[in-house]
Amino acid sequence: MNAAYGLGAVLLVTVATLAIGTWGLRFSRTTSDFFVASRSVRPGLNAWAISGEYLSGASFLGVAGLVLAFGGEMLWYPVGWTAGYLVLLVLVAAPLRRSGAYTLPDFAEARLDSRVVRTLSSVLVVAIGWLYLMPQFRGAGAALESATGLPPWAGAVIVAAVVLANVLAGGMRSITFVQAFQYWLKLTALLVPLMFLLVIWLHDGGTSPASASVVVDGVSGLDWSNPIDVGGDHPLYSTYSLMLATFLGTMGLPHVVVRYYTNPDGRAARQTTFVVLVLLGVFYVMPPVYGALGRLYAPDLVASGGTDSVVLELPQRMVGGLGGDLLTALLTGGAFAAFLATSSGLTVAVAGVVSQDVFSRRLEGVTAFRVAATVGVAVPLLFALVARDVSVATVVGLAFAMAAATFCPLLVLGIWWRGLTAAGAFCGLVVGGSLTGFAVLDRLLVTRDHGWFAALVAQPAAWAVPASVLTMVVVSRLTKSSRPAHVSRFMVRLHTPEAVALNRNLENG
Amino acid sequence: MSEQRPERVRVTSPWTERPGSRPRRTAASEIDAGSELGEIYLAALLRSQLRLAAGVLVTLTVTIGALPLVFRLAPGLSRHHVLGMPLSWVLLAFACYPVLALLAWRYVRAAERNERDFTHVVEQPREPG
Repeated sequence: MNAAYGLGAVLLVTVATLAIGTWGLRFSRTTSDFFVASRSVRPGLNAWAISGEYLSGASFLGVAGLVLAFGGEMLWYPVGWTAGYLVLLVLVAAPLRRSGAYTLPDFAEARLDSRVVRTLSSVLVVAIGWLYLMPQFRGAGAALESATGLPPWAGAVIVAAVVLANVLAGGMRSITFVQAFQYWLKLTALLVPLMFLLVIWLHDGGTSPASASVVVDGVSGLDWSNPIDVGGDHPLYSTYSLMLATFLGTMGLPHVVVRYYTNPDGRAARQTTFVVLVLLGVFYVMPPVYGALGRLYAPDLVASGGTDSVVLELPQRMVGGLGGDLLTALLTGGAFAAFLATSSGLTVAVAGVVSQDVFSRRLEGVTAFRVAATVGVAVPLLFALVARDVSVATVVGLAFAMAAATFCPLLVLGIWWRGLTAAGAFCGLVVGGSLTGFAVLDRLLVTRDHGWFAALVAQPAAWAVPASVLTMVVVSRLTKSSRPAHVSRFMVRLHTPEAVALNRNLENG
Repeated sequence: MSEQRPERVRVTSPWTERPGSRPRRTAASEIDAGSELGEIYLAALLRSQLRLAAGVLVTLTVTIGALPLVFRLAPGLSRHHVLGMPLSWVLLAFACYPVLALLAWRYVRAAERNERDFTHVVEQPREPG
């Protein structure tokens, strides 16, 4: 492949991102603009931005690679990543917006009236954010290496630098426009090449990649397409645990939650979420098709372990020539946009929390945000450069599990149950955070054989989430007397429509 | 010179108010006052929204949530082909997304209806009792 085209596409996406970011800067003037775009983003635009931010490299490149390598059982990832928004919609979308808080720690403090729970939430936001950022940088390095021949560290550093430049310049408001643009870029970048590839596939006779005669690496198409890996280790447990992590974890991802504060009101928050669901559904139909085509046209990637690059490889192999080069360049641009968008969103979320809780006493608003953003990017970049090789989707999956075991119970119980106390929330966060934290460390440091213990640690959500919920409920019941005084007024604020004139002020209740 | 503005007072005819009637109260003012009645209105709203959410989650569980079990118990589904694809793929890679969108659409409409009903009830003046 001609590396010039790939580099050109990356350059183009970078320039477009910075240009739109700078254009958005004209609207960013205050600290509030930096954090949450002053809550004036319409549902349509906001939904584009949420989807653009959410569809990371794991979605753009990783899903196709996993489907090629492991087959039908990997289809649960995109389904779970979409269904998470349905759970978020019905349990937290409108109340979260109405709570009027900027970040997850803000919500915790407002609901529970506790500085300690706030601090613990901040620590968890940073932990989940970094856990999610690290594989983005690594994945970007690998993708750029395969498309342009740059060394892997260069791609990671380039993505980190562009993200930082954009966040430093404009904060959330400029990020909104950039991410809305990146959703459409990613959609186009996957859709256009796919049209060409499908036509060629039909022209070649349209063999089903799932037919028994297609054998890759000793696995027949029948076994490959099965969505429950019958030969694997505890497939039913792993699938359900993964479902739980993705269904419940979405609402606790810091970069998703922070976008909810940019909705004008609770009703708009619901409409935004519905549009996001549709946009994600349209997108996620495509990556598995790339994976399936890869089984026919790039089966050697399975043996060589390079399945993550199947999306970038297919146009070369199926179209070839200048057309193949151009389509690959388009896909490279889309993949680069995917890494940029998710990393930017996470950086804003982490920087928002760090600047409020660490730097706000020493530095003035916007400066604190900029210092925090620099720290927020530098640390995970460092991890990405030195960490051992673990697939992007695996680490992202662990970030989901951690969010599901910590912020999901905090949000759901905090919104729907008056009985949640600060002590209960604190203990539940500690239990959920340390159980999933243990699973993360185990995964990053130890190689495990098969067996029940390995399956449990690989997918911790199924036991860590109930443990966290149970802790919150039991400890809250034991500390009943310490329920915050304003909890009724807070429920009024969370659940009543803004149109009704009610006292939603927590101080004079 | 710093003379205070006189406070504005509402001037009404002494004959417009029926003798013996108390000022009319809305349910909204009961909620603001934190009275028992206000709590009942709020609890009713919470219950209706929570029941709606639970309904959606149950539907999600018995449709998409049941798929792993179905695929496990009926491995033959991968052998059935629809439009040249295994049936399990048609369900999981394509049919899931419209189902999710439909559930979300119905939830948004029902949740807004609950809120309209609540608004209607609490803003209406109640007959003094």
